[in-house]
Amino acid sequence: MSQRGMELTVGVFVLAGLAALAYLSIRLGGLDLFETGTYEVTARFSSAAGLREGATVEVAGVRVGRVKTIGLEQNEALVTLRLKSSVKLSQDTIASIRTKGILGDKYISISLGGSPRPIPAGGRIRETEPPVDIEKLIGQFIYGKVK
Amino acid sequence: MRPDPIALKGVRFLGQRALDLTAEAGRMGIFLGASLGWLLLPPYRFPLLLRQMLFVGAGSLSIVLLTGLFTGMVLGLQGFYTLQKFGSEGLLGPAVALSLIRELGPVLTALVVAGRAGSAMAAEIGIMVITEQVDALQSMAVNPIQRLASPRLLAGVLTFPLLGALFNVVGIFGGYLVGVQLLGLSSGTYFGEMQAKVEMADIVGGMEKSLVFGLLVTWICCYKGYTCGHGAEGVGRATTSAVVLSSVLILVGDYFLTSVLF
Repeated sequence: MSQRGMELTVGVFVLAGLAALAYLSIRLGGLDLFETGTYEVTARFSSAAGLREGATVEVAGVRVGRVKTIGLEQNEALVTLRLKSSVKLSQDTIASIRTKGILGDKYISISLGGSPRPIPAGGRIRETEPPVDIEKLIGQFIYGKVK
Repeated sequence: MRPDPIALKGVRFLGQRALDLTAEAGRMGIFLGASLGWLLLPPYRFPLLLRQMLFVGAGSLSIVLLTGLFTGMVLGLQGFYTLQKFGSEGLLGPAVALSLIRELGPVLTALVVAGRAGSAMAAEIGIMVITEQVDALQSMAVNPIQRLASPRLLAGVLTFPLLGALFNVVGIFGGYLVGVQLLGLSSGTYFGEMQAKVEMADIVGGMEKSLVFGLLVTWICCYKGYTCGHGAEGVGRATTSAVVLSSVLILVGDYFLTSVLF
């Protein structure tokens, strides 16, 4: 094979391989190279048990972003959310950690409020609900503390 | 020297084998070091690297894609059958994707390419050794390791991850064909669950495995060819042991890589 043909074939092969790698990373791995059209807000939960980085954030069951980081602030869980900029959160928005099904993954559900003032980028969601502790609930049920 | 008592003979045999094994491992290590070291020194023979990438990478494309497609399809079929028993067919996408990305992609690509390109590498270099072409190179002041082994090692490291990625994508498509088109899972469930469950760490881990296997296969095959015995029989033996040793080391290495990486 001529040098030109060889270079061309290898070039096509490398491009195809890189395209496959990019598909895997971006579509499946959730790699965000160009984080345009998104902004971040934070929310403080009394517990983020079971929530993982990369978990989805939903408004009315529609995916609008994901959890970027989970850290500690004043002994509470500080969760940073990365949301699509088309989603506008009002000041009285409530963020709650929910479970898909009974034993599924944890995700964050956002109920939009009615206040006309929006939360700016980098702002904070004040109203939060920690996840429901199923084991504790079962315990309370067994010892008859649930009314 | 007095002849050894019969009991000592066994012990001596064991010691001799251990020494042989250590010496062989040392020679292989020196060969690897030399191949990688010569890579850094000029002259850089880019056309040789290109030819090896063509042979190892582009040449293996069809067999790798075929293996990947059918691996994905059978994973879809078997996974669906098993998951159905728990009523969780929805997890077929992640099951197929994670099996491919973490395990089967890197391992099967490496095995297939070791069989196809690795054997040819060992035979090619072996024949150059027994027909004294390697000696001719040396007498012309061309370092045979730099000319024969270095480009092959680099080509292996560069092409294996790319082949592995293609294998994964085609395999996921194969799983889609069986799971969605044939068995009637919804395509949203298949890909949506996959996106939710596959993480960047899985993909990076799989690619790291591919890198290691690329180096391993080309290293073993070049070494076996370079140190082949006499005559046609020696080349045949070198080729066989190159493929067998690569395959064994891929499978054994995969276990240890998995336990370290994930």
